[in-house]
Amino acid sequence: MNWTWFHKLASPPHAYRIAAGLLPWFAWPAGALILFGLYGGLVLAPADYQQGDAFRIVYVHAPSAWLSMMVYATMAVAAGIGLVWRIKLAHAVAAASAPVGASFTFLALATGAIWGKPMWGTWWVWDARLTSELILLFLYAGIMALRASIDDRDRADRAAAVLALVGVVNLPIIHYSVYWWNTLHQPATLTKIGKPSMAADMLWPLLAMLLGFTLFYGAILLVRLRAEILRRERDAAWLTTGLAR
Amino acid sequence: MFGAACLAYRRDLLLAFRHWGQVAQPLVFFVIVATLFPLALGPQLAELREIAGGTLWVAALLASLLGVELLFRADHADGTLEQMLLSGQPLAILVLAKGLAHWTVCGLPLVLLAPLVAAGLGAPPAANCTLMLSLALGTGILSALGAIGSALTLGLRRGSLLLGLLVLPLAMPSLIFGARAIDLAIHGDNARGPLLLLSAMLVLSVTLAPPAVAAALRISAE
Repeated sequence: MNWTWFHKLASPPHAYRIAAGLLPWFAWPAGALILFGLYGGLVLAPADYQQGDAFRIVYVHAPSAWLSMMVYATMAVAAGIGLVWRIKLAHAVAAASAPVGASFTFLALATGAIWGKPMWGTWWVWDARLTSELILLFLYAGIMALRASIDDRDRADRAAAVLALVGVVNLPIIHYSVYWWNTLHQPATLTKIGKPSMAADMLWPLLAMLLGFTLFYGAILLVRLRAEILRRERDAAWLTTGLAR
Repeated sequence: MFGAACLAYRRDLLLAFRHWGQVAQPLVFFVIVATLFPLALGPQLAELREIAGGTLWVAALLASLLGVELLFRADHADGTLEQMLLSGQPLAILVLAKGLAHWTVCGLPLVLLAPLVAAGLGAPPAANCTLMLSLALGTGILSALGAIGSALTLGLRRGSLLLGLLVLPLAMPSLIFGARAIDLAIHGDNARGPLLLLSAMLVLSVTLAPPAVAAALRISAE
């Protein structure tokens, strides 16, 4: 099999160009879907019979929570590829993903707290899902801190990659242990806000938002990846000649 | 291969016994942290009994964090680590031996000291067996996780602060079950479930941590 295309993809100049070409294909659908989902969710969808209008924050909360985990998975896969095949571009993807993932995790926690105040009467409960999301934020923080405190870029990349992979092994353990911890301590009184199968006119804006947020992550990743490539390759010849042209 | 591992184990024990002061530091830290809780929360033994398990575990977590920081530092500074990397012996096995030695000088005394601290927190003597078992399993897990963090932060400025940031989130599951086991034992219940889960975590971390530590050491020592 011919692998030239793959090596081409992994070389910074090509990746830089391809990322620029792909960007509109992510950014425009993302923008359209998010607007569509927001209109559907905030205006068209009926108010919930139990939660009233407060439930509408789910249209930001659920996509953020989904992305907080998906970005971690992406980052870990990229880190694994970078570690095994020593592809620097994969490390750049991981480096570009970490702050985005941390932001989505923070957003999920913040919207969850805002949602929790009217529903549960408190900003924070030590619910299993909330706690494991918080620990996920700590894991992101650790990876970013480790990367920031190593000056040598190659070492920083690989150390952060090892940590990301260790975290991936630990995430299921953390999730289930926190889940059992909570069920051991207190009966699930306010942990589960009733999750009935959603009505269709509530569901489709949510699906649009999920897809829109995912594409938005793709677009942000491409922009950040381009910046990361510029930062890493700032002394490279292709950049100076390419920009001079 | 195992000969080299035995040698590494013996060497680390010898080094530890010749620097008693350094070995005792985490233990003293453990006792001091455990003392902070009664001072902060009030001296009623009935109330302290409720939090004894958690207090012991948090103190053990912080103490082992302090101890594990020194796991590779001296070897890194004097070049022993490079000799290990170049020796041709499987690094993961050597790391396992070093970790075991570290647990022997850092984890084991902590486990033996724990009933004393627990008595101060109002835990009944009947809970001592579960308590020591829980902490023995737990310090093993913490040594394994801490070794990964220690290898990753080797030679970094402000590495100790970073070490806590990296290791503590990973250690949270063992904290949950370890503290829970002690709690159950203090209330006279059967603590078998959390202890079994803790053992499973120990097996998993002792199996998976050495290759991760070896990879991290290769990255850090380049």
